[in-house]
Amino acid sequence: MSATNHVTLEFPAIAQNVEFARVAVACFASQIDSFTMEEIDDIKLIVSEAVSNVVLHGYDSPGGLVRVHAVIEGNVLTITVEDTGRGIADVEQARQPAFTTSPDRMGMGFTIMEALSDDLDVSSRPGAGVRVIMKKAPRMAGSEEHERRS
Amino acid sequence: MRTETRAIGNVLVVRLSGELDLGTAPEFRAKLEEELDAKPDITRIFLVLRDVTFIDSSGLGAILGRYRRLRAHGGGLFAIAPSPQVRKVFDLSGLTSIIPVYETEDEAWARASGV
Repeated sequence: MSATNHVTLEFPAIAQNVEFARVAVACFASQIDSFTMEEIDDIKLIVSEAVSNVVLHGYDSPGGLVRVHAVIEGNVLTITVEDTGRGIADVEQARQPAFTTSPDRMGMGFTIMEALSDDLDVSSRPGAGVRVIMKKAPRMAGSEEHERRS
Repeated sequence: MRTETRAIGNVLVVRLSGELDLGTAPEFRAKLEEELDAKPDITRIFLVLRDVTFIDSSGLGAILGRYRRLRAHGGGLFAIAPSPQVRKVFDLSGLTSIIPVYETEDEAWARASGV
């Protein structure tokens, strides 16, 4: 498939919407026929992590929004998850494994996003929200693209 | 998500099904905390994950929190029969180096019931 397509979702940053976001993006991603079921599961997971981060840490008060933008260009899926909340003061620190601000959490969200996307970009300014951009393309074993990425 | 529990001696067998994420973790956490509060003899949890179709790091955190509670009193939590998706997230997060994983309940009973 070589067409270009895109979808934008905007919803309140509440826990009940995490499942909706990952299922919606996974459904959209399945338009790239060559994604395997395992890769679709990976997409669900990275969306779940990114949206959960916004729900947990994005806003100081209720009512904040999450915006998820997914684009298919050729065989590449680009997912942007962003908010307009308090932002991250130190993005590099937040991306470290086991960095967490809560005792009942693992602090592995960014580690999982990094491991399961082909490219992860996190940008933020305190008070101006966070933008997470993740790219994923089918692995297609044996292809030149696969060799380059592995 | 559905959580079924059954106490056998000092083991709490927990059968979880569905998706464990930020939306469902609070219910899972509350259910297990309630069981552990009501049954102070419980020292181990056998968490059967065969029917869990999705887990993310929020779900892992809820499991880790219960593991920490039992470990603090010399007990433990053991994961049983994770699906490939669950196993992958356990491995990626490093949880498999903390929580033992068994393929079957029989294996858990054979190897972990006396811990």
